[in-house]
Amino acid sequence: MTGITINHYILLSAVLFCIGVAGVLFRRNAIVIFMCIELMLNSVNLLLTAFSNQHNDPSGQIFVFFIMAVAAAEVAVGLAILVMIYRNARSVDIDFFNKLKE
Amino acid sequence: MIQYAFYILSALSVASALMTVFTRKPVYSVLYLIFFFFTLFGHYILLNAQFLAAVHLIVYAGAIMVLFLFIIMMLNLNKEIEPNKSVVAKFAAVISGGLLMIVVISAMKGVDNIALNHRSDIGLVETLGNVLYNKYMLPFEMVSVLFLTAIVGAVMLGKKEIK
Repeated sequence: MTGITINHYILLSAVLFCIGVAGVLFRRNAIVIFMCIELMLNSVNLLLTAFSNQHNDPSGQIFVFFIMAVAAAEVAVGLAILVMIYRNARSVDIDFFNKLKE
Repeated sequence: MIQYAFYILSALSVASALMTVFTRKPVYSVLYLIFFFFTLFGHYILLNAQFLAAVHLIVYAGAIMVLFLFIIMMLNLNKEIEPNKSVVAKFAAVISGGLLMIVVISAMKGVDNIALNHRSDIGLVETLGNVLYNKYMLPFEMVSVLFLTAIVGAVMLGKKEIK
């Protein structure tokens, strides 16, 4: 019917996931790193939906709901940790937090 | 028609994802990420997952990104003085991302080229509800426990220490 196949979605999700990975390595601001993690989670969500469409099975979309729930919980706790760190160190630069090395 | 929509949406999502990573100011990063979520909304509509699209928009653009924006504005972090990583580290980051992409794409090389069904009705609330409340009942309850833990953790971490 249409020319869009599962391979298109695999390619797109792989590209988005790798942009997220590169972003985590590239940036130093901890909040932007969190956003890059969201980007990776979303590329996986997109691929799960595409596979659920391909196999005609709703389980894939249910998994996406669970991933969304985990992402929401992760962001809530992660940002609370960041606020606490900022309160102590006055910075969210991750290169600053190498105290465990000493 | 669907093909053109897919290509335009894909170009927009990749561009906004790149801008999220490479913009200097954190607030602009958040705005580009919200745009990225809107393009993903379009992808979900194309895949005929209407309920998922609505939930995605409400949860991500409505809740999570507002939380990010709120934290950035509360901590007043929108400065460009983010110290740069060394050029070597940036180069290594981009190279390793590209290498990972090559590995993932070549690992998926043998997948059959099956055309997707753009008229399926598995994305409807009825179907998803039936599956969620029958087959995935226990995980669903576990998610509520996870949220409770997250709430308690966030409150405990965010509280000022009482001297």
